[in-house]
Amino acid sequence: MATTAFEPLISSAWGKPNSWTLDEYRKRGGYKGLEKALELTPAQIIDEVKKSNLRGRGGAGFPTGLKWSFVPKDSPKPKYLAVNGDESEPGTFKDRYILENDPHMMLEGIAIASYALGVHTCYVYLRGEFKFQAERANAAIREAYAAGIFGKKVLGKDYQLDCYVVRGAGAYICGEETALLESLEGKKGWPRLKPPFPAVVGLFGCPTVVNNVETLASVPHVFTRGASWYAGLGTDKSGGTRLVCLSGTVNRPGVYEVSLETTFNQLIFDDKYGRGLPAGRKVKAVIPGGSSAPILSPDELDIAMEFEAVKVKQTMAGSGGVIVMDDTTCMVRSLWRVARFYAEESCGQCTPCREGTPWQTRLLRKIEEGRGEPGDVEILSNVASSIAPYPPIGLGNTICALGDAAALPTHSFLMRFRDEFEAHIREHRCPFGDKPWGAFGDWS
Amino acid sequence: MAEPLFTPEEQKKFDAEIAEILSHYPADRKSAAMLPALRLMQDLKGWLPPEGLKLVASRLGVTPERAYEVASFYVMYHLKKPGKYTVDVCTNLSCALWGAEKMLAYLEQKLGLKAGEANERFFLRETECLASCGTAPCLQINEEHHESLTKAKVDAIFDKLP
Repeated sequence: MATTAFEPLISSAWGKPNSWTLDEYRKRGGYKGLEKALELTPAQIIDEVKKSNLRGRGGAGFPTGLKWSFVPKDSPKPKYLAVNGDESEPGTFKDRYILENDPHMMLEGIAIASYALGVHTCYVYLRGEFKFQAERANAAIREAYAAGIFGKKVLGKDYQLDCYVVRGAGAYICGEETALLESLEGKKGWPRLKPPFPAVVGLFGCPTVVNNVETLASVPHVFTRGASWYAGLGTDKSGGTRLVCLSGTVNRPGVYEVSLETTFNQLIFDDKYGRGLPAGRKVKAVIPGGSSAPILSPDELDIAMEFEAVKVKQTMAGSGGVIVMDDTTCMVRSLWRVARFYAEESCGQCTPCREGTPWQTRLLRKIEEGRGEPGDVEILSNVASSIAPYPPIGLGNTICALGDAAALPTHSFLMRFRDEFEAHIREHRCPFGDKPWGAFGDWS
Repeated sequence: MAEPLFTPEEQKKFDAEIAEILSHYPADRKSAAMLPALRLMQDLKGWLPPEGLKLVASRLGVTPERAYEVASFYVMYHLKKPGKYTVDVCTNLSCALWGAEKMLAYLEQKLGLKAGEANERFFLRETECLASCGTAPCLQINEEHHESLTKAKVDAIFDKLP
């Protein structure tokens, strides 16, 4: 239960003039959290973050303080912080707003995290397409150096921190933390086997923490307002607020900062957020946390958009990417679009994923185009199972979770909409004809 | 004789920038600069010619094969000289729900190309998620991003291209 009244933390300055500059950030109390953190010992900082119940906002929702505590304190090797800004999963588009509107909030989090972890070099890894966002981040970093926030003495303290932006070059897999490290090392983004985990053997073989952009942007608030205040904003196991990305068939898609107690129904229908569906349309299914998350049906949307609540429905809150599909949507075509993504983005290292993801895509295209044959649905289900069986979530047959992510939507669409797949095969056509989704604007 | 890779000014720019990039990494980890170094080469030449890959590799102390391995893994590096404009159209779910498939069909007709085809001016391709799901449909021309697209907006963008 939230004990503190909700207020937007991350998005409070979005849309305001020059919100991305150091001057404006300072006027809003920026870098006060860093000042407070620098008065604490690294161990105290990690304890505060643990107390705040901040959980990673990249997808897995792992407790941030706990992750930080895994870094060995007595390692003679240098330690690194890698910021994951590779967001590329369909439905997820929040980190770019932080980078565009308030990059200093992330930089302040970087400085606090680095100090706590004994890191002297941080790399901010952004997806290659984020050219504008990289320019914004670089400009903010230059300001931070000039103001003595980064550099040889962080805010006058005898502590050095350097921070660099690295742009990827178009590979979704590089958002997976070990693939991100490989890419940072100048290699193709092939995920590594875990263990060892990056906290012990990460970048250049050294202890490394990988944190999402939003996670680090949340950190300053833990120190400006206090860990218990931050924890009080959230639920028992999850502190603070979170950004959710609403897309698909709603009147007002966008990124919204919400209390963790906000339900999917509120997000989709409230005037503050999505404002419902276009007239005459009903919700058919909702993807709750990025394209890999198993779908929810319309009667399951009264749950909070919070890690634990969503887990009960055997799906995940993930990266906060909520995609709404209305009753004009063809589920076969939707799954085909999602499957194509995973086939395109598979790194090719593990056979089940390399071979299975294109196979899923070919089968789905065949069914959607009316060329499906009896037995195809069973084959599709078997192919998905050989990439990652369902349930449970997270125990697939591949090195990284991209395999799970590719198989989960197939299992979930087949479980809930098998009839639609069978109808395509029986009728030798898509029952939705050439209108598999009612389009908006002048594309209808 | 083959044309030199760089003009003297370009060479100077390359040398200065590669030195800056290398300063971001530990001295014994020069190869980590591969992605930014390849991007620098591509920014200067418009693509990654074999001599360019060789030069990057030599500055990073790795084999040209290693540079090729990395360059061929990522979709944003051009190993062939591209047309003037690479047009990436997102057709993934959130964009598709907002008409991206129809927008792509419109572009195919407008440019006289099928997705995946190129002519001297345009290389039209379907891409996977450009992080504009809330402002769908979207497309990217080279590194320029366009979102919340309507027919009129698409026409205006393409008609204005030099």
